[in-house]
Amino acid sequence: MKKENRQKSEHEFLRAFLQNKAAVISTVIILLIIILSVLAPFLTRYDETGQDLLNRLMPPGNGHIFGTDELGRDVFTRVFYGTRVSLLIGLFPTVLAVAVGTVAGVCAAHFKGAADFIIMRLADVMLSIPGMLLAMVVLYTLGGSLTSVIISLILMEWGGIAVVVRSAALEIQECEYVTAAASIGAGKLWIILRHILPNLLPTLIVLFTLNIPSSILSESSLSFLGIGIQPPQVSLGLMTGTSRQYLFSSPHLVLAPAVMILLLVLSFNFLGDALRDILDPERKTL
Amino acid sequence: MKMLSKRLIGVIIVLIGVIALVFVMLRVIPGDPASVLLNEHVSQENIDRLTQSMGLDKSLPEQFVDYLGHAVRGDLGQSYFFKQPVTALILEAFPYTLKLTLLSIIFAWTLGIISGVISAMYNEKFLDYIFRPAALLGISVPVFIVALFLQYLFYFRFSLLPLTYDTSLLSLIMPAIALGWNSAGSVARLMRSNLMEQLGAPYMDTALAKGLLYKKAVLVHALRNAAVPVISMMALQLSGMLSGAVITESIFSIPGLGKLALGAIQTRDMPLLQGTVIFTALLIAIGNIVADVLATILNPKIRQESNR
Repeated sequence: MKKENRQKSEHEFLRAFLQNKAAVISTVIILLIIILSVLAPFLTRYDETGQDLLNRLMPPGNGHIFGTDELGRDVFTRVFYGTRVSLLIGLFPTVLAVAVGTVAGVCAAHFKGAADFIIMRLADVMLSIPGMLLAMVVLYTLGGSLTSVIISLILMEWGGIAVVVRSAALEIQECEYVTAAASIGAGKLWIILRHILPNLLPTLIVLFTLNIPSSILSESSLSFLGIGIQPPQVSLGLMTGTSRQYLFSSPHLVLAPAVMILLLVLSFNFLGDALRDILDPERKTL
Repeated sequence: MKMLSKRLIGVIIVLIGVIALVFVMLRVIPGDPASVLLNEHVSQENIDRLTQSMGLDKSLPEQFVDYLGHAVRGDLGQSYFFKQPVTALILEAFPYTLKLTLLSIIFAWTLGIISGVISAMYNEKFLDYIFRPAALLGISVPVFIVALFLQYLFYFRFSLLPLTYDTSLLSLIMPAIALGWNSAGSVARLMRSNLMEQLGAPYMDTALAKGLLYKKAVLVHALRNAAVPVISMMALQLSGMLSGAVITESIFSIPGLGKLALGAIQTRDMPLLQGTVIFTALLIAIGNIVADVLATILNPKIRQESNR
């Protein structure tokens, strides 16, 4: 692709993006949530783990926007600290899973034969264990913590990504420009870096965006069950899980983290959908 | 038939892979299981005896071959916590999960197919603008939030349904909805996009030209073709549902497979966790094969290709 062409296609992408209402609105909401949770320490005068046993289970109001929890901690503060963890969980393991899945998928498509067979059967193995139970195996061995949740998410996600990347890479390999490049003596690595990866980019962007919400969902579920992130670390799922016993007496304790999880997941899903419509209108690969 | 046997061999390879993976992952843990099991006041002699009786003195590959050999015959070892065969515990828990999952699938497919069809037939009209975001909301809500919301609404507010499972069918309504909610969303989305594709196919024009009413043409011709990918997705949904069952069963205290696995983590019952995970992988493998067979029966194109 020539430089001018690439600039032109970037320009087109930007225009299509700005015309898509769902894409713009969800991006704005996501950016707002990111800014608020980064600035969280400056927005609140409370500490996310600071207890105030005299003011336990307070309803919203009185200086506590979302009230206080069973240990008198400010729920508003905790929701934004929990959101930081959710964002980290949404982005970091997903980047790694996409990286692993891409390398695996491209290798399988490129080397074919035995490598293809082994990589794809390994992906099948990962995909035939329900995600939650695969994570439970990891968490049994490593114990509940942020790191082990991240490792389980990568294990859960790379297989599905590899399958999609492989089929997309196979399609690109069949294209005339790749055969042409090979016929004038281009090396394998050159073809992968110069032709296959750039053309995979739209697929990868969509895969990445759609895996963010599922990472956030999985982490919150594991932490809700008490086997994911452990206190005193804050997590939206963990907050929902511990507040469960006050569901009928102080529903706001459950509502605040639940709404935040929903908002995050919904915005990323909307964004992923919109990106897919823009980048892959014929739904060839996804 | 040839395709089926080829699929079967593939499934068996993958299942052996699953057993190997789970086996290794659960054993990279530091410390030896026998001393974890007994308390610290036990003599070394007793630890050694237990180690030997558990087969832990052999090398890892030897242990794996042993385990695989027993697993093929349906023996998944002895639970540390319950002191009972893992297979018996699993078979006792399985009917609960089966009942829950079947009810959820019925709920998810009914809701998903109806709203997907409405969404596609009224594309870009008022009803579509309601059902499409609703389906996205469906796939975005975590199972536990749906469950807690239902409990708040139907138990606390309206006291219509029991809070947790009490063996009655009535008490399975909330768990089934909570577990099926995500799937309903994804079925609706898939149904919508498939049906939209089918509605543009030439055979629809033919059907309409013959004088068939639009609604009838949709229901008779397009729906059948659009349903095939939904059925192929069944195995994937089953995997999602078994994941969700862990949460649903824990919230509504249903003594199914999910609760068994979660309990196994909490009591550090390695054989039980191992057996449950392998069993769920087996269920998904069976689901995959059933989905393949159903898709072949429903879709003449695949049927012809497999007969060649």
